[in-house]
Amino acid sequence: MKAGLRSMGEREGDWSIVIRPEQPWWRLDLKEFWRYRDLITLLVKRDITAQYKQTVLGMLWHVIQPLTTTFTFAFIFGKAAGLSPSDLPPVLFYMSGIVTWNYFAGVINRTSKTFVGNANLMSKVYFPRLVVPVSMAVSSLVSYLIQLGTFLLIYGYYFLQGAEGWAPSPWLFALPALVALMALLGLGSGILVSSMTTKYRDLGFLVGFGVQMLMYASPVIMPLERLSRIPWLLTLFKLNPMTPVIEATRAAFFGYPIDWLGLLYAASFTTVVLLLGLLVFNRVERSFADIV
Amino acid sequence: MNHAPHHVIEVRELKKRYRLGVIGGATLGDEIRSWLAKVRGRPNPLVPVGGELDAQRAGEHFWALRGVSFDVQEGEILGIIGKNGAGKSTLLKLLSRITTPTEGTARMKGRVSSLLEVGTGFNPELTGRENIYLNGAILGMSKAEISSKLDEIIAFSGIQHHIDTPTKRYSSGMKVRLGFAVAAHLEPEIMIIDEVLAVGDAEFQRKCLGKMKDVAASGRTVLFVSHNMISVRSLCSRVIWLENGQLRMDGPTEEVVRSYLHTYTASTPRVEWSKDDAPGNDLIRVQGVRVQQAGGNSIIERDEAIQVHITLDNLQIEDDDLNLGINVLTDEEVLVFGSTLRENSETLPTFRRGTLQLACEIPAGLLNSGNYRIHVNVFRSQKILFRVQDAIAFTVHESKRSVSYFGKRPGVVRPALRWWFVP
Repeated sequence: MKAGLRSMGEREGDWSIVIRPEQPWWRLDLKEFWRYRDLITLLVKRDITAQYKQTVLGMLWHVIQPLTTTFTFAFIFGKAAGLSPSDLPPVLFYMSGIVTWNYFAGVINRTSKTFVGNANLMSKVYFPRLVVPVSMAVSSLVSYLIQLGTFLLIYGYYFLQGAEGWAPSPWLFALPALVALMALLGLGSGILVSSMTTKYRDLGFLVGFGVQMLMYASPVIMPLERLSRIPWLLTLFKLNPMTPVIEATRAAFFGYPIDWLGLLYAASFTTVVLLLGLLVFNRVERSFADIV
Repeated sequence: MNHAPHHVIEVRELKKRYRLGVIGGATLGDEIRSWLAKVRGRPNPLVPVGGELDAQRAGEHFWALRGVSFDVQEGEILGIIGKNGAGKSTLLKLLSRITTPTEGTARMKGRVSSLLEVGTGFNPELTGRENIYLNGAILGMSKAEISSKLDEIIAFSGIQHHIDTPTKRYSSGMKVRLGFAVAAHLEPEIMIIDEVLAVGDAEFQRKCLGKMKDVAASGRTVLFVSHNMISVRSLCSRVIWLENGQLRMDGPTEEVVRSYLHTYTASTPRVEWSKDDAPGNDLIRVQGVRVQQAGGNSIIERDEAIQVHITLDNLQIEDDDLNLGINVLTDEEVLVFGSTLRENSETLPTFRRGTLQLACEIPAGLLNSGNYRIHVNVFRSQKILFRVQDAIAFTVHESKRSVSYFGKRPGVVRPALRWWFVP
């Protein structure tokens, strides 16, 4: 019996926690992660109440910000520069892009501060570190849903006014899948960046800037059809994994054809970034306490 | 199962290496600059001028743990002692999975809750109640589990009245109570505690010690790191002593604690300071302190009076308000007694200017054999001016004893009392 246990020792069936220098990189303890699901719920709640308590405008801010941006864009890029598509009210065009982009940008900006922002907690208590960025991606959904609701009101208003050249498509029901794709893309990039910011703090400042630049290289402002005469710029836009997501969102709302190849690219890109992110995150979470 | 003791923790050759200094920059910009300098063959801009020594050292490694192995049985309360920097904290960090070892393994059975610093993870904006949930979840409890123990946790923490107040209004003591209450009710199979008891009032400390004993009595295991030998003695059945990242001793509490204390109680029965180093202020300085036997011998025996001599330098004026006192402590930090000049002299002595020498006498046979330390306190107008902490340390020997028992008798004092039968 005892001898049997010894020989099985390497399987470590008897021990619930084994601490050793090297852990295989793919080792993602999903069972443990699942045990901490209540922590995710609590962190999400804490996040929301903290946001709600701290700002005067509270939840209202989530409405004001995209609306102001939408009207600014609609005025500058739509009216003044004449960049918005001819067959669509500029407000709908810009707001659909902005709301979608805001969620992605929110997730990446927040998750990229996972380690730096929670250094104190993480250097004192153990828990699966992945809980933190995942809860951030979830709590960002609240703001997204508020913004989406605002958009739907405006969308409904325009629809009742009489839609010409656009109509909602049944693919609208697939919107949650697009949101999930964005969440994973934001999460993957965010944890990748957060793992690197533990060593290079200034990378954190670059994130906000980088995300901003990425927006200009997406169809949030510039409709793709306007780029057909500048092929290299079009290619650049299409390399942005968020481009197909925004295009598909608009396709669902306005009944455009769906670019399946683009979506496949976005999904593959997301998978790669997420796996890479998990790999680096796994490595960093083990040595993190020594660096900070 | 079998007769072999049931191990819940198995630590094998655990090693941890830290890099001394950071040669890598703190920012990507720094990294690029130092890389550019290297490419151009210029000195690294991050290395301070004349800092060659630092640059060399930066590449060096420091072993915080150099191969520690031990087992812990189920239900055992294991004390971990050692001086600062001996590797205790590193060991705890490794076992709590906050960082990973450089070499070696540790295996554990069951849930581990560690209290390296109580109340971490408290969100100041949230109320005590909300923080119980959050802290519990961070320590790995489910929501249902916390709910079922909520009342117990609140009662144990003793802050029922403030439980719905944001924790930012809590005192540090209250946070510790709440943090300990949550962790203690986690019902972990293994509980790791670091110096929690240093905070909190005496009553709460007793409560914590009691709770830890309960935890162990119910078959769970406690690892307890402390500097306080009294709590280690009263709580632990076994102690490991770390020194320079290695296991110096592992055995029954009494044995290990005694030799630990013996090693670290340096005996300095006499101390003198130069004029510049002398502790004190512009008013008065302590130049030297020494302890000796009434006869002048520096080896102190229990059955003779002990004299404490203090040399002072009164710099300013003839002073009627100055006062001087000593505190005598055991090496376990227990205050044996305190005494001051003025409470013991009928007339009010004047401190004249210049160098003064004061002495007091501890009666023969009062102190037990063992190690003692003395703090010197200087007061002026009832207020403490300064204290010379651990000014001297000395050992009271007992080499002559007429009775047949040779072990040390318990107690910090051992006055010679008169005994008789009342007719």
